[in-house]
Amino acid sequence: MRHVISVHDFSVEEIVEVLDRAEGMVAIARGEATSDLLRGKVLACIFFEPSTRTRLSFETAMNRLGGGVIGFAGTEATSVVKGETLADTIRMVSGYADAVVLRHPHEGAARLATEFSSVPILNAGDGAGQHPTQTLLDLFTIRRETGRMEGLNISLVGDLRYGRTVHSLAIALAKLGNKINLVSPQGLEMPNEVVGYLEDAGLFGTACHLPDEVIAETDILYVTRIQKERFPDPVEYEKVAGIYRVDPGLVAKGPGSMIIMHPLPRVKEIAPEVDALPQARYFIQAFNGVPVRMALLSMLVGGD
Amino acid sequence: MSEKYMKVEKIGQGTVIDHILPGKAFDVLRVLGLSNDRSMSILINSHSGKGGKKDILKIEDGELSPEEANRVALISPKATINIIVDGKVAKKFNAEAPEVVRGILTCSNPNCISNQNEPVVSEFKLAVDDGHRYVCTYCERDIVDLAKRVSP
Repeated sequence: MRHVISVHDFSVEEIVEVLDRAEGMVAIARGEATSDLLRGKVLACIFFEPSTRTRLSFETAMNRLGGGVIGFAGTEATSVVKGETLADTIRMVSGYADAVVLRHPHEGAARLATEFSSVPILNAGDGAGQHPTQTLLDLFTIRRETGRMEGLNISLVGDLRYGRTVHSLAIALAKLGNKINLVSPQGLEMPNEVVGYLEDAGLFGTACHLPDEVIAETDILYVTRIQKERFPDPVEYEKVAGIYRVDPGLVAKGPGSMIIMHPLPRVKEIAPEVDALPQARYFIQAFNGVPVRMALLSMLVGGD
Repeated sequence: MSEKYMKVEKIGQGTVIDHILPGKAFDVLRVLGLSNDRSMSILINSHSGKGGKKDILKIEDGELSPEEANRVALISPKATINIIVDGKVAKKFNAEAPEVVRGILTCSNPNCISNQNEPVVSEFKLAVDDGHRYVCTYCERDIVDLAKRVSP
């Protein structure tokens, strides 16, 4: 592995390798053990767009492995405001660090960065494109919390059109042999190319507009944010947000073994009362970003 | 009008692009960047010998290069190119859809990094399925309305 750009670049074997390695990182991620694996190494985190979990978990991952972190979050204090190209920024930053984590508003930015970087690039989200480390931590969470990664009924709920994480996730889950249900408001349905992929794989379950229609046969309820700005009419947004709100009543209609995931940040999609239910796994999911990113850094920077 | 009336007369020298997908002749013209001062004949939805329909493009006094033939294949992957010399077919070959297209197309996704002010050449790969789709190497999206995305 040279770079981490798109989940499409990963074979099933490579995914399993990353997750197995992440398993070995959990104690260090929790601070119960220490590691000097990446001592003397520097990670550059360059974020051209806002991020909380992704940036902090990458920084934590590097620190937990004994390395150092440089970077910026927001372009205000950088040469980007003077019109510097991404290509030049990457050429320069890759001279300062042993790996570069990049979040950028334009799709394909991370792929472009690989052409100008002398060190590994990790894509931390490129516009509405790929976010492969989120997908890997989602898979890690599914495996840890259910004991398997195949043969599950997974319902993806919310904005499936613009949600950055769900496209990659749907494809990766199908690659691993899981059946996918798609639950989204009108106009925010999953893009055709992803639906086509699921159909070709024979793993397309149900597409519907109401979570109630699939909840009874759902092993994993994967909820995503419905963004207010997608709706020209605020009244329409409030109506849709109400329908898609996961509350204890909806959870009770699902199997007892069902788990609930969300890439966060959530707004109104999951009622706070759900947090205390045994099905809620989204904060564990957010933590899992640390061991998964430690695994990737150890593979890309650690040289083993 | 005579029974023997020919819709389009033969050409002495030039190129006949045959078996163009019906309705795509103007897209082929566009990708070849042919100016309207050239002498050309265009047949739209002409009856094909195989029972279907096809478009035909006859360009006088011009021989298509392999690079231009590839451009034709972007629009109509099963077109045939006939080079005409002294009224006869001197050379005939199939347009072949290239596996990788660099620099000719621009991505239809306005938010793709290849459409920003970056020092990169656009690149598209032919999808592995039989849908004749070209996928941007950078943003991984299918190119939409391909004929309009070809640089002249």
